[in-house]
Amino acid sequence: MTNKFDINNTFDPDNENQAPKVSKEVATKLPTPAKGVDHYLRRTDTDPKAAKRAERQVAAFFGASSLFTLIFVVSFFAIPRETKIAVSLIGVTSAQNIVLGTSFGLAILFIGIGAIHWAKKLMPDVEMVQERKEMKPADEVQQEALDAFRVGATESGVGQRKLIRRSLLGALALFPLPFVVMLRDLGPAPKGELRKTAWQEDLHIVTDITYEKIRPEDIPVGNLISAMPENILEIQEEEGNLNERGKSAILLVRMRPEDIKSQQGPDWDYQGIVAYSKICTHVGCPIALYEQRTHHLLCPCHQSTFDLADSGQPIFGPAARRLPQLAITVDEEGYLVARQGFQEPIGPSFWERGA
Amino acid sequence: MSNTTVNKKTPAAYNYVDSRVGFSAALKRNMRKVFPDHWSFMLGEIALYSFLILLLTGTFLTLWYKPSMTEVIYNGSYIPLKGIPMSEAYASTLEISFDVRGGMLLRQIHHWAALFFIAAMVVHLLRVFFTGAYRKPREFNWLLGIALLTLGLLAGFSGYSLPDDLLSGVGLKIASGIIQALPVVGTWALYFLFGGEFPGTEVISRLYSIHILLLPGAILALVTAHLLLVWTQKHTQYPGPGRTEKNVVGYPLLPVYTAKAGGFFFIVFGVTTLLGALVTINPIWLYGPYTPDQVTAGSQPDWYIGFLEGSLRVMPAIEFNIFNTWTFSPNVLIPALILPGLMFALMGAYPFLESWITGDKREHNLLDRPRNAPTRTALGTMSLSFYILLWIGGGNDIIATTFNLSINAITWFMRVALIAVPPLVFIATRRICLGLQRNDLDKLLHGKETGRILRLPEGGFVEVHEPVSEAELPKLLARETYPVWELPQKVDANGIKTPKYRRQLMKAKLSAWWTKGDLPIPTMKEIQSGQHHAHEALEQAHEFGVEPGKEEIVTSTNH
Repeated sequence: MTNKFDINNTFDPDNENQAPKVSKEVATKLPTPAKGVDHYLRRTDTDPKAAKRAERQVAAFFGASSLFTLIFVVSFFAIPRETKIAVSLIGVTSAQNIVLGTSFGLAILFIGIGAIHWAKKLMPDVEMVQERKEMKPADEVQQEALDAFRVGATESGVGQRKLIRRSLLGALALFPLPFVVMLRDLGPAPKGELRKTAWQEDLHIVTDITYEKIRPEDIPVGNLISAMPENILEIQEEEGNLNERGKSAILLVRMRPEDIKSQQGPDWDYQGIVAYSKICTHVGCPIALYEQRTHHLLCPCHQSTFDLADSGQPIFGPAARRLPQLAITVDEEGYLVARQGFQEPIGPSFWERGA
Repeated sequence: MSNTTVNKKTPAAYNYVDSRVGFSAALKRNMRKVFPDHWSFMLGEIALYSFLILLLTGTFLTLWYKPSMTEVIYNGSYIPLKGIPMSEAYASTLEISFDVRGGMLLRQIHHWAALFFIAAMVVHLLRVFFTGAYRKPREFNWLLGIALLTLGLLAGFSGYSLPDDLLSGVGLKIASGIIQALPVVGTWALYFLFGGEFPGTEVISRLYSIHILLLPGAILALVTAHLLLVWTQKHTQYPGPGRTEKNVVGYPLLPVYTAKAGGFFFIVFGVTTLLGALVTINPIWLYGPYTPDQVTAGSQPDWYIGFLEGSLRVMPAIEFNIFNTWTFSPNVLIPALILPGLMFALMGAYPFLESWITGDKREHNLLDRPRNAPTRTALGTMSLSFYILLWIGGGNDIIATTFNLSINAITWFMRVALIAVPPLVFIATRRICLGLQRNDLDKLLHGKETGRILRLPEGGFVEVHEPVSEAELPKLLARETYPVWELPQKVDANGIKTPKYRRQLMKAKLSAWWTKGDLPIPTMKEIQSGQHHAHEALEQAHEFGVEPGKEEIVTSTNH
């Protein structure tokens, strides 16, 4: 089993299993043509006409490159930005992008093609050999290096003078601290914002595009509407960000009241209209795909599936928790309102969330 | 080599600089440095060149891009989005795409180059793995490569998020959900990265400084170290005529390698540019601006995030409550952090584990053929199959809608396949490798099959074998075997406990597993007699008037 393997030995050049080795002197000289390697003459090596032809080809590639660069520059100024052209397979697209890109691409490509053609046809194609040295330097060199280090270390006295060494280590360990401390102001301390949304008692439910109040009769059975609290735009304006949009988004779904198997609270629906958080409890994508027949809601990101007829329970995929439900009713004018805020944090889990 | 006359006079300019810099010694050593030639050595080059293209096009993009989440009303020339509120980041990306001449081209080259950068790194990593190029003295370069891949993934993701379109915003939301799930520090980490709750107004400018300064700087530093090591260690080479562990056979830096590698840079750049011109990538204008209450169905990340997307999708819903006070989410942490962490850690540890099992501490400059290291190759294909399955899992919705299949069925299939398929791939690969080894051994010991059957005057049939060619012989001879360590005794004859008994036991068992099924290495004598025999058979064939390529008395490929 081990006829070639000797654990204590590094590579053995005299082993007859090896290909012919190269003499030691080569290492110090320029590389020489490798021995034992088949080499075939190319037409360009034997036929001066072929060589001349190859030379012209290389020059043609480089010339083509220059030409395309000029085309780029001219078309940059000549082609109006709005011009559209129809290209097969691509369709109608910006003429400028196509022409600029194609000319620039070909200008670059032809330099590469020319260079490689040159190398393959005209430069010597005789394989050369060069000797390698083992990475590990000779023992003496290693010793000298270590000695130099030891002399330096001894002269510094870092070994003997414990007081200096320890105080220096202490200082070096502490000095990055300001950088770490300054990172503190990257963000505010969490104050339970992840638990709260804008929803509260009597807040109107509005559509998320036109921000109009919704009447129950606006939602036919089987329909799904994305909705927001009525003050969402004011909050956005006030906070200067979209944070609340990502938390207060809800879905309204109307199903036949007898189809509702369970809810998160008694009569949290209004005439079969149920409201659930739109934010997935897995990692927080807004959920958008609703299947009327089964009342299943599918998250397009990781396919967590929730049953809106059954308290929003997760029935498939990586989400482990139900979608929080919002209790709703109508005000005296007949518009849908929230009966109270969410009773549990919406969206993905976080450490302090608890049950 | 060259017989052209060399001008012996030192050019004045050269002398001027050399007198101040003193680079002649380094030039002398390196101008004719030999680089071996093989297509698979270009994979790392593609990664390097893609990185250069990224630096170049990225710098141009920064001239127009505005890393700001301030809300503006779009008033550019892309009509469908006119009058719509959006972040300045998204608006400036639209401006680059539609109002800056050549801007769309730059954006698309940048995106294509990013996809190639990571793809080339992955395929380069596979090449290095399957040929055993990570072995001594190149373990550090392996680690540098893994660090580069990690940084490349981060650079890709951070850049993907910058346009602030609906698709990239959803990606960022997923990232925020993962960060939020971290035990103990999750909420704080989320608030620190986003400057408060998601999405806040800070994250784009922070990702921007990470994307254009921190990550490219780190990548550039590591790439430099990676190349310096390649340079000083000299490139590995495949076994072949004239090639040994102690030499390097190939073409000199000047002129051939310079022309080929330099030319190849332009090829990669040119192809990427043509793609940027002709093939739309990441049409952010179709997705619309990001808002955290909207999403598009069938959304997919860039390909290199696909395996994480898949692991998130196939993970079953496991979540715990600890004392009803804390929430712990393995359904997020395992697929998004623990699994990739483990994958990268295993990759990093692999060269050291292998060398511990085999006991091989020698320098290796000749590459292994994958078949000659069956266990390594099998581990590689096994891991690759796991990765590819995760990646397919990341597209389960696309598969479901394209082939009209149940998404639940696909997800369940993936859950089972991730556990069942990789071991089968391992077994199959090892068998195939050993089969190929047998074939090699057969060629060495009996010569090459010619498929020519010869009827002897006595009526018997023989198949003519040809000796292996000089060019092929070194390849066939390159295989090595490794020792199986003896099972240690728990207590030696004198009743003294063996130190590190468990570790030794494990090593012995692993080495037995590592070398399982290894064929013996033939001796030189066996090979010579085998080749001689093949040669004789061929002579005999000639004697009976059978010439290679001529009509046979009986032709058959069956044996």
